[in-house]
Amino acid sequence: MILAGHSAALRVAALSAPVFAALLAAFAFGPYPLSPAETLAALWAGPSAVNDAATVVWQLRLPRIGAGFLVGAALAAAGAAYQGMFRNPLVSPDILGVSAGAGLGAALAIYFGLPLAAVQAIAFVGGLLAVAAVVFVAGRVRRHDPVLVLVLAGVAVGTLFSAGISLVKVLADPSVQLPSITFWLLGGLNAVAPADLWLAAPLIGAGLLPMLLLRWRVNLLSLSDEEAAALGVNVARLRGILIVSATLMTAAAVSITGIVGWIGLVVPHAARLLVGPEFSRLLPAALLLGGGFLVAADTLARSAAAIELPLGILTALVGAPVFLWLLARSGRGGA
Amino acid sequence: MKRRDCLLALAGLAAAPWTAALATAPATLHVFGVPPAPERVRRVFAAGAPAAVLVHALAPDALLGWPWPLSAAARGLLAPAARGLPMLGRLAGRGSTLPLEKLVALKPDLIVDAGTVDAAYLSTAERVWRQTGIPYVLVDGRLADSARQLRETGRLLGVMARGEQLARYADTTLLACGPGAARPPRVYLARAADGLETPLPGSVNGECIEAACAVNVAREPGGGLARVSREQLLAWSPDAIVTQYPEFHALARQDAVWRRLPAVRDGRLFLAPSLPFGWLDGPPGINRLIGVRWLASRLHDAAPSSDWIERARDFHALFYGHVPTREELTRLPGLA
Repeated sequence: MILAGHSAALRVAALSAPVFAALLAAFAFGPYPLSPAETLAALWAGPSAVNDAATVVWQLRLPRIGAGFLVGAALAAAGAAYQGMFRNPLVSPDILGVSAGAGLGAALAIYFGLPLAAVQAIAFVGGLLAVAAVVFVAGRVRRHDPVLVLVLAGVAVGTLFSAGISLVKVLADPSVQLPSITFWLLGGLNAVAPADLWLAAPLIGAGLLPMLLLRWRVNLLSLSDEEAAALGVNVARLRGILIVSATLMTAAAVSITGIVGWIGLVVPHAARLLVGPEFSRLLPAALLLGGGFLVAADTLARSAAAIELPLGILTALVGAPVFLWLLARSGRGGA
Repeated sequence: MKRRDCLLALAGLAAAPWTAALATAPATLHVFGVPPAPERVRRVFAAGAPAAVLVHALAPDALLGWPWPLSAAARGLLAPAARGLPMLGRLAGRGSTLPLEKLVALKPDLIVDAGTVDAAYLSTAERVWRQTGIPYVLVDGRLADSARQLRETGRLLGVMARGEQLARYADTTLLACGPGAARPPRVYLARAADGLETPLPGSVNGECIEAACAVNVAREPGGGLARVSREQLLAWSPDAIVTQYPEFHALARQDAVWRRLPAVRDGRLFLAPSLPFGWLDGPPGINRLIGVRWLASRLHDAAPSSDWIERARDFHALFYGHVPTREELTRLPGLA
């Protein structure tokens, strides 16, 4: 807990500085050659100017950075909530099958040659359906630990939907649809347009709001169900609200970017190492770090080469060493 | 040498790695096993989509079925016999969708595959031949080699005259690109509904660009397909954009960012037909020959207004043995 002992103002500053730097870098770098002065001028001139610089800054980089921050923040927040709720550090937002469901939806939509908006919509619905199936099944099982049942049902439904993805990939035309499906499953922000942002932002916001409001109570889920109930928490309802929130956020995020792994699993840990496990501190830290980290990874994805490097690969490549470093450091500090 | 002796000789070879079998084969064809005498080839299994298009063009009666689910719209443009052929599945190593038992039950005289020839495909072919005993021919499927593919496969299938006739179309299509006065146009080939997937130079999916005497704007090493961003496209600013995806074609013409590209603004965004087989790609077979002519005309002709419906009818008559009506072709995206 590197930052846990310091004042709130210092914590916010220490977390915001690298995120701010990532946002600045994201504006400055890109395959279209723009000097910092040109970028600033285009920003100043507003979105209505008709030239390449305005298009690059307002139509391409800004929505992309916005979507990257939003998606990274959403995945990290959902991961933080789930890890607390399932009392398990290996849990990521797709534990209940949302990514597999979204992936199957997208793969089917690509298989049938549907336009972009339909691919996104069906991916979103697929993610919701997968989690709904898990919750439905888990609700029918009464005599076991509800958390364990949820995880097991999630693994089973996720496997089922993944098998569906594999089936669609086998049936897909190898020279036409298969590459598109594969690229979608690897994730990427390169197709993001302002319209996607307007669609995803309210959904992610709607998912985040209950988490923010209930941030104190989420801590109680780390107790056993009986203890939490003794403290006056309706555990089942709280869990239900968190699942709906996290699913909404993750499904909205995944439907515009494809599957971006690693963030939802590791950013909450990084945030916990920095500010401690208390959810009301953890949530804002995870939001900031997740957003900043995905923006940084995406800046690499679009500037390292003329072709896009898939985000899922970059988040792992960049994230794993950073995380190991954090882990080693916090261990030395006696956390 | 009697047939039995010949088989024995090959059985001896079979102990050696496949390269031994390669040495005896013509350059474009890699043969495993002993193909039957050309006049006795009646039943041919096509292992993948490009091979199916090739066999269908040369000897439609011998083709046992389609290796992938052909859409109703595609079937409607083919001759009645080809229209009714079943979907059988493909052979591609781990990616196979046809069980070998079913292959044996089909009793083909010959398996034909066309496309990339590398160690993976060669070893797959060799394994299938060893397991089933059915002769397996792997055709090097590069677009530039289309004429040779047609001639050599035609000879193998006992339809030499037909092979020669089709090869001549390929010869006149794939003329060498002269040094030309102007620099070759830089072309972006857009794939997928968002248009942001593209073949890199050297990829089998982008061969039509070089064949049409143009340059692929995605000048990254590596081959294969890649995703790019619209910002990168603004930086590249290609002279022309071609696609086979009507969804993308519609999107690009109304989207503000795509319309910033001079190619889109000046009407150099071209939609190619994709039925019954793609003109540019999908599958990467001899179906692309008409696409090369179409693309070359779009890129280089001062007034590329010739009637492509009529040319498509000629191509269908020659390669697919069936002439769709003008109305049928007019309904195709890219020809309308």
